[in-house]
Amino acid sequence: MNTTILIIKREYLVRVRKRSFIIMTILGPLLIFGFYALIGWAAVSSASQKKIAIVDESGQFSGQFKDDDELAFTYEKQPLESAKKTFVKQGYEALVFIPKDVIKQPKTVQIFAEKNVNFNLQNNIERAISKQIETIKLKDAGINQQIIQDAKVKVSAQTVNLSKADQKSSNSIATMIIGWVCAFMIYISVFIYGTQVMRGVMEEKTNRIVEVIISSVKPIQLMMGKIIGVGLVGLTQFLLWITLTVTLFTVGSAVVGDKATRGQQAMQTSGAAGAMGGQATVEAMNSPEAKQAQQSVVADVMQAIDSLNIPLIVGCFLFYFLGGYLLYSALFGAVGAAVDNETETQQFMVPITIPIIGAIAISQFVVKDPDGPLAFWTSMFPLTSPIIMMVRVPVGVPAWQLILSMALLVLGFVGTTWLAARIYRVGILMYGKKPSYKELSKWVFYKG
Amino acid sequence: MPPTVTLYFNHFTSSVTNILETHHLVKQYADHRALDDVSLSVPQGSIFGLLGPNGAGKTSLIRIVNQITAPDAGEVILAGERLKPGHIRRIGYLPEERGLYKKMKVGEQLLYLAQLKGLTEKQAMDKLKIWFVKFDIKTWWDKQVDDLSKGMQQKVQFVATVMHDPDLIILDEPFSGFDPINANLIKDEILELRDRGKTIIFSTHRMESVEELCDHIALINRSHKVLDGTKQAIKQQFKTHTYHVEYQGTLTDLPPAFTVLNTRTTDDGFTRTNIQIPPDAAVNDLVRHLLDRVTVRSFGENIPSMNDIFIKAVGQTNA
Repeated sequence: MNTTILIIKREYLVRVRKRSFIIMTILGPLLIFGFYALIGWAAVSSASQKKIAIVDESGQFSGQFKDDDELAFTYEKQPLESAKKTFVKQGYEALVFIPKDVIKQPKTVQIFAEKNVNFNLQNNIERAISKQIETIKLKDAGINQQIIQDAKVKVSAQTVNLSKADQKSSNSIATMIIGWVCAFMIYISVFIYGTQVMRGVMEEKTNRIVEVIISSVKPIQLMMGKIIGVGLVGLTQFLLWITLTVTLFTVGSAVVGDKATRGQQAMQTSGAAGAMGGQATVEAMNSPEAKQAQQSVVADVMQAIDSLNIPLIVGCFLFYFLGGYLLYSALFGAVGAAVDNETETQQFMVPITIPIIGAIAISQFVVKDPDGPLAFWTSMFPLTSPIIMMVRVPVGVPAWQLILSMALLVLGFVGTTWLAARIYRVGILMYGKKPSYKELSKWVFYKG
Repeated sequence: MPPTVTLYFNHFTSSVTNILETHHLVKQYADHRALDDVSLSVPQGSIFGLLGPNGAGKTSLIRIVNQITAPDAGEVILAGERLKPGHIRRIGYLPEERGLYKKMKVGEQLLYLAQLKGLTEKQAMDKLKIWFVKFDIKTWWDKQVDDLSKGMQQKVQFVATVMHDPDLIILDEPFSGFDPINANLIKDEILELRDRGKTIIFSTHRMESVEELCDHIALINRSHKVLDGTKQAIKQQFKTHTYHVEYQGTLTDLPPAFTVLNTRTTDDGFTRTNIQIPPDAAVNDLVRHLLDRVTVRSFGENIPSMNDIFIKAVGQTNA
């Protein structure tokens, strides 16, 4: 068997069999799933009805607060002072006081509660009261109920990307998030797997096994074998994470699906209730208009995803992940070969980590201006392009820029691999010598 | 004799009697020359001691033979052919700086190393079984290297060096880290390998093991070869023409050609004297003179030890 393949096989198997790999592979999706399960649970549990007492001195609001899954309103006839004393004992979460002249002085509305008042609750009540005041004032001005009802339209703007031939609507937030997630995943994996390569090289060097191996294979074979082996470990982990996460969500939603849906409905209806305000009735919430409002949020995201060129993004992600990983892991490998122990790595890690951390920092500006000069140049420079280009790709990049960037990245990793191999072959056999940059540059030009 | 015959003869000697030859090797590092015009011949079936102080260039030479580095000038001939990548299989190398993957199991690791040397998995398995029985380490197969003692790891390492049945075995300080029992085991193994026609190059600072095992020797100092040949020839070359005698009585009237170097009294009351004679003098004249005057208990030539030769040769070239 080809010796490089043997080395790849060993590097791969040793890491995949490690307990930490197995734990991380299982734990990753569980954490993601657990996080979502927690959110779902919170939504379901918060959906338990809270009782709210209302003291309405103005008399204008009777019947305007409608019960829903989250809140149940009761109109108290007793005056404010006595209600204030008893509402907690009676099992109310909060007491809303609407004064007589609320129409003229809307800021006099008060909410009493034993604990802090829930922000959502406050919002809902404020909105309901202001809507009602608006309606009353409009009515006083002589506008009839029907016109007021018609005037309440929920607007949700759709942004349309004209460069797309089919003019599907795009959602800039969604594309931004997708680009960012891809970039961040490349950033994280370059770090995780790059340092794994470095540690592996150091292990071989400090264990003194390298001389035995090097008498059988060429240093470049050992280095490339390690880089490819570790890279495959990374790909395996990604694939397993994706598979496991998808499985967990499929199984998970089947099991708790019923509950989750109810929770979701509760959240949506309460949101809608707030939006509809005092005028909204139970019938109104089931009206086509309200349903459309709810659905349009989901539809926005779905549409945004639909409008993206998914095969292009996935293809670019794989290319830039691989390119970025190969480029950086070669450098990490060279560092591992140059030093004798972990502490010495620091001085050589700095010039490697600066461009990659810089890239993630720059990406924040690139998100805002994906076609500006900063975005252009940093997405061409091979040390930053794997991250910056991934931010730009979902937004849309001219083909020539993408091709140029990819070509430069290929040149970049051929270059770093060549450089790393020169340092590596000398470094792995050099013990007890604390190398300087000057020393390293000499190694690059050693013969044979 | 016509020149063609001479050429044929040269070829014959290099391909059959010497498993390894180096011709005028030069290895230059940035600021120093590790090897300078080093030519060596290692006869097939010998135990060849490669000696020299620290930093003399031994490791550089060994690394060139193992194709870990390439020489700047000169060439290496293995079994009559210029050194090429395919020769890796025919060489077994135990480096001085050695180690194993700590988190790997012994059996798995040896299989891997054997396959890197070009054996198939099955071939490697067959060879390893023999060695595991021979060293009585069958129970170690599934043990992690971490769980073995240093001496046990050394044994595993030795197996890794010889398992692919190489013709040339290069051992750099093979006994370091071994207790006397395991050192003996390895020593016997080295002798057995030699008897099976293998050649062993043996780099060490331990002169007593050189004395015991080696039949050929080369000494490298400061990047130059300063000495080589059979152990006998070298000892002959370094002999000092001094003799020791232990006796009772008084030694008088020694001819002026003979010089008394020193005299002392032994613990049991004998006198011990070291005497130097001229290189062209007959030893028997000294013996005859002694017999006439004193009661001799013992008489012998002072043969230089490898230790003496090492120190002397290194001292001479450093001077």
